[in-house]
Amino acid sequence: MKYAFFPGCVSRGGCPELYPATKLICEKLEIELQEMPAASCTGAGVLQEKNELLGDTLNARTFAMAEALDLPILTICSTCQGVMSQANHRLKNPEYLAKVNGFLAEEGLEYKGKANPKHLLWVLIEDIGLDKLLSLITRPLAGLRMAPFYGCYIVRPTDALEFEDHPERQTALEQIIETIGATVVDFEGKTRCCGFPILTINERNSMAMVSKHTLEAKELGADAMITPCPLCHLNLDSFQPKAAAQAGQPIGMPILHMPQAIGLAMGLSPKEMGLQRHIVNTKPLLTKIGASA
Amino acid sequence: MDITIKVKRFDPEVADPQPFWQDFTVEIDDKGTVLDALIKIREDNDGAFSLRCSCRSAICGSCAMRINGQAGLACKTQAATAIKDGVITVEPAGNMPVIKDLVVNFDGFWDKVMEIEPYLKPEGEEPEAEYIASNEAMLHLSSVTSCIMCGSCVSACTVMEVDPTFLGPAALAKAYRFTADPRDGDENGVSRSRLEELTKPSGMWDCTRCMECVTACPKGVAPMDRIMALRDQAMEAGFHNTNGARHTEAFSDSLEHSGWLDELRLVPKSVGMTNVSALIGYAPIAIQALTHGKMPPIIHKKIEKAENVKKIFDKVEPPKKRR
Repeated sequence: MKYAFFPGCVSRGGCPELYPATKLICEKLEIELQEMPAASCTGAGVLQEKNELLGDTLNARTFAMAEALDLPILTICSTCQGVMSQANHRLKNPEYLAKVNGFLAEEGLEYKGKANPKHLLWVLIEDIGLDKLLSLITRPLAGLRMAPFYGCYIVRPTDALEFEDHPERQTALEQIIETIGATVVDFEGKTRCCGFPILTINERNSMAMVSKHTLEAKELGADAMITPCPLCHLNLDSFQPKAAAQAGQPIGMPILHMPQAIGLAMGLSPKEMGLQRHIVNTKPLLTKIGASA
Repeated sequence: MDITIKVKRFDPEVADPQPFWQDFTVEIDDKGTVLDALIKIREDNDGAFSLRCSCRSAICGSCAMRINGQAGLACKTQAATAIKDGVITVEPAGNMPVIKDLVVNFDGFWDKVMEIEPYLKPEGEEPEAEYIASNEAMLHLSSVTSCIMCGSCVSACTVMEVDPTFLGPAALAKAYRFTADPRDGDENGVSRSRLEELTKPSGMWDCTRCMECVTACPKGVAPMDRIMALRDQAMEAGFHNTNGARHTEAFSDSLEHSGWLDELRLVPKSVGMTNVSALIGYAPIAIQALTHGKMPPIIHKKIEKAENVKKIFDKVEPPKKRR
């Protein structure tokens, strides 16, 4: 299958390991990714604080580009997914759509309202199928206990994310964990906030959220947490040492991007998955699944 | 129909009181609510089982609790739809101390709500006749004034979970009810003194935008959306000297001029380029990112056709409105 690829800013910025890991597993899954080099950032909900119409117009611009390619959009970031879904939800109103298209006309673009942006997490379940994924698993992560961590924007609000039409989206990450052979560690924090949006605003609270979730997963015996959101990854991994210092106890909870966990189970090497770029040591985890760097 | 409810209980009057789980199976009408089932428990199984309720019609706001982990009103939740794996799990509302069983102490909730002065504060010259408010403005406010003070949003708030000093979604939505009222504030309806107060720590900028409160609210108040609107009002009113406002403006600026996010420069711009101690605080993180190959690109390249993004900014938000 072919998709218009929307990698988001963070997979090319603060989490540069995510982008190549995604490319490698998509190759194996026969998912063809066509870049949209002129697509802008979604606004991440931050631009929307200032001006929602502006954010929706920028997203409509990206949707129109994908329509011109006649391809569905594939994202790899919970935040991008949520912001795009919310914009698309508002753009279902024909009057609003016409207003937004007015701003796109100069560039020769028009959004017809047909885009259906989907996170790789949903694409795997809804378009590719877990059977196909399973057929590519050569190194099941047997014995590994994994705690899912979704990221707010891929679980709320449920109307824009069309959970009613797609009830499977509520447990999508758990389904992936099971397919790659690991054991799901269900925990309260899985749909809560990682704290990233307030990192530079109230670092204390942000770090308290990191330690709360990672320690809860640790207490339940998780070997790693797995997330479809690079922003969650940034806070939970890069800032985990700081969170541990604030909490006054060591944490040491490896955080895997969803494509990395899938890649490891497909037999790709930890280096190919960019695990050497992680701040929290992933070696104990790799030893457990018999993967050497 | 018979339903099984698993209730988190707490009795403060026993020696060494600890919360404990108890299962009850009760018979209720097929269309009965979770509240119907809880009342049945009190009537048929345990007269000492404590909960608050009154109107049974989602008007009084007494029966907020966590049902299957989600905050909401027991009287507005149909039992049949709430059964998960054969059971409905019920806990007291979160972020408030439990008094007994499902009854929580609302003192902290009211303290926060009462920090918001609950009357219009017009500034400037008095009009000759009445204060005029447009129909649109009042219709816009009607969704916020639907708040029934049930505490569902506070129960669900991820920030209050780690920081009880946060003003929280209920009080901030209440504040918006006044700042968005054209009769409050100066002749242009700008509530400067309120906005200034709300930009302080523990105020509007501490919200993490997780949308839990929007999902939890049984009346469509959407507290987080109000908090986002408060932020816009504060920036419009000229309150730029906060990390939150700087973060939003730096983010927007990066997008306007390059089409995507310049992560490397976002952090110093948010904490303030002259805030040396905060910048030094980030140095270990920066070094760690550098040594692990996680540093965002030093040279931030524009996306293709970035000039078209800039044009959209200019059209949708005329430059004079921007800082």
